[in-house]
Amino acid sequence: MTDATANASARRTGSLLVPDARTRRRNAAEARFKIYGLAATLVGMVALVMLLISIFSSGTGAFFQTFLHIPVTLDAAVLDKSGNRDPAEMQKVTTIGYAKVLNASLQKVLDDKGMAVAGLTDKDVADMISKEAPAQIRNMVLANPALIGQTVDMTILANGRIDGYFKGRVSMESAQLDKNVSPRQLELADKMRAAGMLTTDFNWGFLTSGDSSDQRPESAGLGVAIIGSLYMMIVVLVLSLPIGVAASIYLEEFAPKNRWTDLIEVNIANLAAVPSIVFGILGLAVFINFAGLPQSAPIVGGLVLTLMTLPRIIIPARAALKAVPPSIRDAALGVGASKMQSVFDHVLPLAAPGILTGMIIGLAQALGETAPLLLIGMVAFVREFPGAPPQGFFDPASALPVQVYNWTQRSDPAFVERASGAVIVLLVFLLIMNAVAIILRRRFERRW
Amino acid sequence: MSVFWTILIVLALAALGYILGRQKALNSVGGDSRRMHSLPRYYGWNVAIFTMVPAFLVLIAWMFAQAEYVERHVTSMIEPADIGEGSNLSLVMADVRRLASGLETAISTGAMTADQVMALDASKDDIRGMLGKVGVAFGSDVTPHILAAAQNYREIVSAASVYRAIAVLAVALIGFAYAYAQTNGSFWARNRVEQVTLGLLILCSMIAIATTVGIILSMVFETGHFFGQYSWTEFFFGTTWSPNFHGNSQLGMLPLLWGTLYVSAIALAVAVPIGLFAAIYMSEYASPRFRSIAKPAIEVLAGIPTIVYGLFALITVGPLLRDWLAQPLGLGNSGSSVMTAGLVMGVMIIPFVSSLSDDIINAVPQSLRDGSLGLGATPSETIRQVVLPAALPGIVGAVLLAASRAIGETMIVVLGAGAAAKLSLNPFEAMTTITVKIVSQLTGDTDFAAPETLVAFALGLTLFVITLGLNILALYIVRKYREQYE
Repeated sequence: MTDATANASARRTGSLLVPDARTRRRNAAEARFKIYGLAATLVGMVALVMLLISIFSSGTGAFFQTFLHIPVTLDAAVLDKSGNRDPAEMQKVTTIGYAKVLNASLQKVLDDKGMAVAGLTDKDVADMISKEAPAQIRNMVLANPALIGQTVDMTILANGRIDGYFKGRVSMESAQLDKNVSPRQLELADKMRAAGMLTTDFNWGFLTSGDSSDQRPESAGLGVAIIGSLYMMIVVLVLSLPIGVAASIYLEEFAPKNRWTDLIEVNIANLAAVPSIVFGILGLAVFINFAGLPQSAPIVGGLVLTLMTLPRIIIPARAALKAVPPSIRDAALGVGASKMQSVFDHVLPLAAPGILTGMIIGLAQALGETAPLLLIGMVAFVREFPGAPPQGFFDPASALPVQVYNWTQRSDPAFVERASGAVIVLLVFLLIMNAVAIILRRRFERRW
Repeated sequence: MSVFWTILIVLALAALGYILGRQKALNSVGGDSRRMHSLPRYYGWNVAIFTMVPAFLVLIAWMFAQAEYVERHVTSMIEPADIGEGSNLSLVMADVRRLASGLETAISTGAMTADQVMALDASKDDIRGMLGKVGVAFGSDVTPHILAAAQNYREIVSAASVYRAIAVLAVALIGFAYAYAQTNGSFWARNRVEQVTLGLLILCSMIAIATTVGIILSMVFETGHFFGQYSWTEFFFGTTWSPNFHGNSQLGMLPLLWGTLYVSAIALAVAVPIGLFAAIYMSEYASPRFRSIAKPAIEVLAGIPTIVYGLFALITVGPLLRDWLAQPLGLGNSGSSVMTAGLVMGVMIIPFVSSLSDDIINAVPQSLRDGSLGLGATPSETIRQVVLPAALPGIVGAVLLAASRAIGETMIVVLGAGAAAKLSLNPFEAMTTITVKIVSQLTGDTDFAAPETLVAFALGLTLFVITLGLNILALYIVRKYREQYE
């Protein structure tokens, strides 16, 4: 037994105040371990910061747009040949006619101010205006035929490349390789900007107008997507709040402990972890192929998202119900309430803030979900706004995250800026929803 | 009458029933509610429920039956000659439905009367032009059979909607009358209402089961169709993925599975060490102040939609990796690569690993730590040799859950990993995954009879089975572990 202490190498020699080699090694290992932990935490935070910087730096541009301010002479000879201002006849003038009027006006302004750049044809100058602009003017004139014949000061969209030039996306060098824009046009753009004809202003159209075709990134907006997402959220809210609350009340308060309720519980836990794309397949097979609901409709998106969100709502709702102490139930039962009355009149109101918080967070997740919506046809190109509810729920629409995906699939780099801008809008909505959830929790949460 | 209005009327009836039922019960006891069996509102609810519930059940049943009937009836009117080259019955039926709704629009906007619609003749009238005027775009020309089918369809639907409204309202009124007649102060209204409520609660909790059954049925059914057309051995063991919509596709799943596993492995290689160390640091070392900043910051990562990560991979990480790693090393020049998707997905699942591990590490009893520290171990030795072994099953469960997340993730790989199905080891090459191919086979114009479309259901089922297996395993491990210390 005396051998146990005979191991000389392990015995400490020297001063206690001076750490020996082994202690130093152990302390160094301790410090390293701590640094690994700190580094890992920082990596996570840096990743978040990088993500946000990347999105915001490329996306803020979408909120600003280059506009052209010129007086446009709405030539009656082109726009209303018969001269009787009959809307039905004016319908016949297509955007080509309006483009002519617009180009002539621009040319005239440039001539008046002597800003012509050598080597630029009339078509080159005309190409600096957005292809969407004639349609804007046409709508304006059709709404107000009295404008014809007058010269009106107008603010119209500049072409996406010109816009890109002022945002740094297009440069003189890149313009040389680009068949859609030439350095001369950019030179003219510089002159026009100096003359105050081209300005960069806040782009309300990005939030209010619909999507636009591949050639017109400057006029693409999120309006239809925001409405579509709103409709879907309404469907999700209306369906999943009552169903989710009812299911959690049953499982938490009434369900007997048996195989059947066990099965439901395991099921809900698993459904919460099923990949979202699987719900898309379900939606395609059941709601579109079997039930014959229209593709791209907010109602189908809402139904699919409801099924996906339900388990994610039931789990926090049950936690909120469980957090209400049994004494509340006992007191209610003690004064003669039925089980149902004790639940609906006492437990549920006390659990409501927790349930609502879970609901809002579930909605926020549903708002950002993309994959299932791709499968039910939400990727389709939708320009037109859906109608008012309830018919609007069946009209084709887009959704915010799907619009982001759509724009990343286009070739023009201007759409990358739009996609990042759309992500900013999406993140702002999510931030608001989560902030509301946090405030709700802070304000109404009760500790028992 | 539209479904919407029918529902509104039934709801209005129910509201009226509530007021009248409550009033009648009160009147029957001379306004003294103490002499009633139940509280007055239960008498109201009783009438309202009897008005609404049977009526809505009839409405739902009617809609299913009507869809089935119309489909059968109209399908029989279409002849094989109407189904053009490259088309099929369901596409033609979609045309019929669209045409019918176009005719309906024409009537409701007043462009045509119902009689005019029935008198249309495809050989004489320009139906496309007419529909264009009322704002219904119609792709192909209208053949006589399709027109007849659409006219028939419209007629049945509009007649049926009248019968439907009558049937539903009749049931609502009968329910109303029955419950109202029953109402008096000695009736046990509360028990009746509570029974129905309990039934509704049970029904709602069944929806979870119904969803699972729906998922499984819809995928198994279509997967069965797929394996009827394509050999299952070639699907599971084929090494070439080259779908071709003209037939002769090779639909081997292995390249997709390989891409999925490769991306997920990289993601886990990023997320597990970072998430685990972050969890350890935050639960064992960090000051409360640091934790109050770092923990929410990392959890925000879990709240960001995956499309945002996808965009991040596409516009920032992909080009960065390509320009600074892949091209200088001569490993490839593609912005989308397994590495891009894996790294970004790794960032996405850091919070899953860290917050689950955090919970599990916190659940390890303090006495274990105190014992180890009391014997002279440093904190890091305590963590490595005492806390982690004790928490290991839970951490394995967390990693499995994260793996199932990674395998089922779609948007990051759609935007970050590429679309080329390849069996390659180079992480800087574009590869593709199961989820990417599900999206690409099911978006756009799809023909639900072709194996190239149906394969997506087989892929979905495979994905579902893999993730379900991982989830069940993870939940089992986590549950078993938690029981030890509680």
